[in-house]
Amino acid sequence: MIRLITFVLTMLCLGSVLAADGHGPVMQPAKIDLSDELSLQRGARVFVNYCVSCHSASFMRYNRIAEDLNLSEESVKTNLMFTTDKIGDVMRVAMLPSEAEAWFGVSPPDLSVVARSRGPDWLYNFLLGFYIDESKSTGVNNLFFKDTAMPHVLWEQQGLQRAVYRTEADGGREKEAIMRLELAQRGRLTENEYKRLARDLVGFLVYVGEPAKLVRHQIGFWVIVFLLIFLVAAYLMKREYWKDVY
Amino acid sequence: MNVVVKGLTGLRDWVDDRFPLVQLWNEHMGQYYAPKNFNFWYYFGVLSIVVLALQIVTGIWLTMNYKPDAELAFASIEYIMRDVEWGWLIRYMHSTGASAFFIVVYLHMFRALLYGSYKKPRELIWVLGMFTYLALMAEAFLGYLLPWGQMSFWGAQVIISLFGAIPFIGETLSLWIRGDFVVSDVTLNRFFSLHVIAMPLAIVGLVFLHIIALHEVGSNNPDGVEIKKKKGADGKPLDGIPFHPYYTVKDSVGVIVFLILFAAVVFFAPEFGGWFLEANNFIPANPLVTPEHIVPLWYFTPFYAILRAVPDKLTGVLLMGAATTIFFLLPWLDRSPVRSIRYRGPIFKTALLMFVISFVALGYLGTQTPTPEMTWMARGFSVIYFSFFLLMPFYSKIDKTKPVPDRVTGK
Repeated sequence: MIRLITFVLTMLCLGSVLAADGHGPVMQPAKIDLSDELSLQRGARVFVNYCVSCHSASFMRYNRIAEDLNLSEESVKTNLMFTTDKIGDVMRVAMLPSEAEAWFGVSPPDLSVVARSRGPDWLYNFLLGFYIDESKSTGVNNLFFKDTAMPHVLWEQQGLQRAVYRTEADGGREKEAIMRLELAQRGRLTENEYKRLARDLVGFLVYVGEPAKLVRHQIGFWVIVFLLIFLVAAYLMKREYWKDVY
Repeated sequence: MNVVVKGLTGLRDWVDDRFPLVQLWNEHMGQYYAPKNFNFWYYFGVLSIVVLALQIVTGIWLTMNYKPDAELAFASIEYIMRDVEWGWLIRYMHSTGASAFFIVVYLHMFRALLYGSYKKPRELIWVLGMFTYLALMAEAFLGYLLPWGQMSFWGAQVIISLFGAIPFIGETLSLWIRGDFVVSDVTLNRFFSLHVIAMPLAIVGLVFLHIIALHEVGSNNPDGVEIKKKKGADGKPLDGIPFHPYYTVKDSVGVIVFLILFAAVVFFAPEFGGWFLEANNFIPANPLVTPEHIVPLWYFTPFYAILRAVPDKLTGVLLMGAATTIFFLLPWLDRSPVRSIRYRGPIFKTALLMFVISFVALGYLGTQTPTPEMTWMARGFSVIYFSFFLLMPFYSKIDKTKPVPDRVTGK
């Protein structure tokens, strides 16, 4: 019996390991830290300055940001709100979807839960993955989202990267594959500063994806502590009652 | 104190003159004699009831804020996750509860396989349980459309289109189920109705019948012996103990352990690595964009793998249906003179092990993008899966069993 259970568990673990293999360019971990409030505040600032002009976060309210990130409503109003003047409003976009479609070919997606569908690592690498591609109307392409319609909005900060290719054998034929990206034109920030900016932004998006995440672990800890105490009491009661059974 | 007790006793007697309250309590709790040797596997019945209650209560609260409208459904879930007080907790309890339900029900069914709980005179308990399981599958499938994400939409699209494989009436039938030519607002509305009223009602009713049938014949136990055969001078089974208080206190321990594991998932890993909440379902349903990889949630994947293993669509659908319903026949396929695995011979033990391996392996293969190798593996495991049932009349009969003791054997 025990062997059977062990086997089943092993199969299940094996399944999750096998399911995890990926392909494509190697991703760097985003390593975001939701307990770093300053990082989230900086991320909010980047988000409203660079993203909200095209992307909405239509499930996220400004006053919730103020409450969760320990900002005064005044400071949110002056620093973060550009598309509305009501603090209880959601993060709407400045342009019309029809305009957006005319400019980019697609309407830029709402970013409320993008961190949940794409995952933080993907977002982080996407922000780091733009490189010069003259064949595109935006002048850039992306290592992790081929032929993205999105221009490199943060190019002034990061600078512009170019792709370094290497030749690969692909079943007899030779094929050019991108080996890495290197900086072609310096931006305002150094590489590490830009990575921090990307991490701040991704952290903010993870928070926006699920605001409850800021409190969920803490509450869960106390719920489990309570249940453990309850378990001891329940077990002692069971033992008392069962004394006369065996 | 005395006044309070007197008052309560008076109230009980008043009710008892008009309703069989004490009788019901005694028949099902206070004087329901259960075997004293229940082990780990006997927790999953009560846990299924606990999860059912959790699903009903959280479901009632979710319904207060959910909007069954293709335009509003996705946003109303996010509204629950953000703007409704404790909405995130209620929603995660419900989504985790769905998977937890299948975990405890699968283990509950496995217990029946281990100890032959479906064998005479408990065939009807098993059949009622199987109907509950089918209703639960329907309930889960219907509920999965409600978040109106990409996986909700395309999962429903794929599953409903399976009915289209049925000759002559297939297309009409799937059209009738959807109420539209594609999964749409109409489909969402009727799925909502079935999910919050029809199926829960059916499940609660079936569970009620399941328990009434169980209490009529009495519980099986890990030794598979009939405790009613050995009664004491007082007419009570020698190896039986009253369900209350013995099993109520014992089950509370099990329920708390379960709740600890449940809370660990709800609070620390509600997506459970994409197994309980899929990443793609955080993208609103879009009929124009088909996801690369459409898979049902984990609890359906063994059957999905069987479906995909068959090249012909109709045969695949039929085999998938057979894979879920063949369980009904177990009481009549099993010809062994003993119930419990403890006294069965090596053939049955091997067969059961092979079955569990194929069920888990098919479940895994059902989550993967099929490759030719994987399809062949799925075919092999499907053959084992069905052989477990179809060959059972032969191997369970010729298997060398051990002598069954008269009384239960302690631990």
